[in-house]
Amino acid sequence: MNTNMKRRLFLKASVAAGTVGMAASAGLLMPRTVLAAWNEAAFKADSMGAALKAGMGSDAVTESAEVTLEVPPNPENGAVVPVAVSTTLAGTQSIAILVEKNASPLCGVFTLGKRMKSQISIRVKVGESGDVITVVKAGDKLYSARTPVKVTIGGCG
Amino acid sequence: MASKSIKLKARAENGETTVKALIKHPMETGRRKDKESGQLVPSHYIQEVSCSYQGEPVMTAEWGPTVSKNPFLSFTFMGGAAGEEIEMSWKDNTGDSDSASATIT
Repeated sequence: MNTNMKRRLFLKASVAAGTVGMAASAGLLMPRTVLAAWNEAAFKADSMGAALKAGMGSDAVTESAEVTLEVPPNPENGAVVPVAVSTTLAGTQSIAILVEKNASPLCGVFTLGKRMKSQISIRVKVGESGDVITVVKAGDKLYSARTPVKVTIGGCG
Repeated sequence: MASKSIKLKARAENGETTVKALIKHPMETGRRKDKESGQLVPSHYIQEVSCSYQGEPVMTAEWGPTVSKNPFLSFTFMGGAAGEEIEMSWKDNTGDSDSASATIT
């Protein structure tokens, strides 16, 4: 009986220690706790609205002249379309880039640190002619800009 | 650790640092068919990219498969001076990852 009790205690203690140890090592390995697990729902969403709701928290978006989106209107190759986003909005928290006609519209979500200037360039695939949209989150509100793009060779085949 | 997949450059000018990165990665969407076998090429794409300056995260990004093959990324952050280091890392959907650091010029 006595030894049994001791064994229980020992088991409990070791389990507890194990949990603490795991938490500590997880903390050491991943200092960027800000970054949650990859947002599968947002990237697998097949409509703009659903992608925005899952990725940016809402699909209530206002078009804003303070968001600049630069995309060549006639890129030759849809597989490599350069996209440049910048904004003069204060307190920008994150920037999302979406391609309307792609099977999964959401391309990427950038979370900006305090130092970050609200300016990002990247290259994306555009499956067929349609709009490229950027959504900027500033002060917990969403602002957007869109540019129509015509591709001759689709980029997602 | 020397990185084979990331080419990273950073340049400081007027109190800002512009970072340019070229990552070598197939970025397969999982929707493309192999021309010879007719089989779907399994998806293989970068999901997370992050960049930090002096241990402070400057930018973290989540990507989907519609980012182009061999992604190019460029952005600017405030501060940074020549001689200081920045770091970048990525992780893809198969669990692969890589990181690189560069000295600001």
